[in-house]
Amino acid sequence: MNAARTTATALRVLRQLRHDPRSIALLLAVPCVMLLLLRYVFDGSPRTFNSIGASLLGIFPLITMFLVTSIATLRERTSGTLERLLAMPLAKGDLIGGYALAFGAVAVVQSALATALALWGLGLDVTGAPGLLLLIALLDALLGTALGLFVSAFATSEFQAVQFMPAVIFPQLLLCGLFAPRASMQPVLEAISYAFPMSYAVDGMTQVLTHPDVTSAFFRDTAVVIACALAVLVLGAATLRRRTP
Amino acid sequence: MMNKPSDAVTARGLSVIRGPRTVLHDLHFSVPRGQITGLLGPSGCGKSTLMRAIVGTQAKVTGTLDVLGLPAGSPPLRARIGYVTQTPSVYADLTVHQNLDYFAAILTPGRRAAARRRTDVTRAITAVDLTTHADALAKNLSGGQLNRVSLAVALLGSPEILVLDEPTVGLDPVLRRDLWTLFHDIAAQGTTILVSSHAMDEAERCHRLLLLREGTLLADETPQGILTRTRTTTVEEAFLHLVDEAATEAAAETTPKEPAR
Repeated sequence: MNAARTTATALRVLRQLRHDPRSIALLLAVPCVMLLLLRYVFDGSPRTFNSIGASLLGIFPLITMFLVTSIATLRERTSGTLERLLAMPLAKGDLIGGYALAFGAVAVVQSALATALALWGLGLDVTGAPGLLLLIALLDALLGTALGLFVSAFATSEFQAVQFMPAVIFPQLLLCGLFAPRASMQPVLEAISYAFPMSYAVDGMTQVLTHPDVTSAFFRDTAVVIACALAVLVLGAATLRRRTP
Repeated sequence: MMNKPSDAVTARGLSVIRGPRTVLHDLHFSVPRGQITGLLGPSGCGKSTLMRAIVGTQAKVTGTLDVLGLPAGSPPLRARIGYVTQTPSVYADLTVHQNLDYFAAILTPGRRAAARRRTDVTRAITAVDLTTHADALAKNLSGGQLNRVSLAVALLGSPEILVLDEPTVGLDPVLRRDLWTLFHDIAAQGTTILVSSHAMDEAERCHRLLLLREGTLLADETPQGILTRTRTTTVEEAFLHLVDEAATEAAAETTPKEPAR
């Protein structure tokens, strides 16, 4: 791997995004609008908004980065630029690192806006430090990037790539504890929920929400999310083949 | 066949399998350095597959295939080969200049090489005559212009071998002539060019020809040599002659001999 090639790739991805102001606006505005909506949907029960709002701060970056990365890398595969890059002296890690860096930067801005709005605009009541919320949001974004990259290898068109979103994300969304506490689920489902990284992302958010200090559970949750993101990134790298049939 | 150091590409017993099909059958040939070798043949005869094998992006390649003295696909070759795919492979949502900046940064990374990259990018854009379009988004360019952006990327870093997959397809005659002049200029500086085409009239602009049909080589010699051997006046006629010849030979081999009485 080469740091200069990784940053060049990240800059290139961001430059591509800059030529697409509508996507930038959607990326940044949609989470904020959703939070605003949620706040007034639960107008009568601020406690519900509190728990769901915090979880969503972690889920939004995961979903949007999943979508953005899966489409972006699929384009790279179908446009022939991936073949060209892999015929050049570019390490697979440079490419993946570049994507992670670029979308990570977008995720930081997205999460910062959403977190700021939730905390100071909508009165989300968080016991812990806001910086920790942002940290988890960023890790979730990386996880989304990793999953998107991996999944793009199994899609042959953008149409298919979009279909992977419900297939990969919805089961995790249902089982992550957002709708019902995981402990109250049917035992088989509860067991499955332990295998999904999003569960740990939501748990981590809840830890920050309810504890003033960094707890050991928070450490465990962030460690699991990081480990999952790295594992999927490595799997994603394995799907990038220099030689194709 | 001897592996001469003067050869940029040497193939011995080269075969490629794609799915259930053997696309290239036991090819033996060499591409001399500093010359333009034309890879000609009808659509679907395996030209692109052969080029991908040489560049090192084709899977299931058997036999020996050496490029610049190294096995095709070796990591050190990646900076020494310029490759233009059949469909332009550039980022549609970047400008011409931004595309070249990025690929230049992959070839020669680092801040210290920044000045060298700038001149290299300017040189490549000038070479394909896109200076006036340098700041246009690639997706707003015409097909021919997009082809030339893709070609400019391959010219970056002055590669020792240029592998060009149908670079002139769909271009107007003037532009085609200009590009062939450019290819000859580049070859004159010692670069080896392997260029594919299914337009037989481009053959006479090459120093050497590889005629490919259904994954087998019909000829590997100079355009003049092919014409003399087949006693024809155009490469198209020569090609047809060679196809008929091959068909007759194949028929002779498979027809059972009459039993002796």
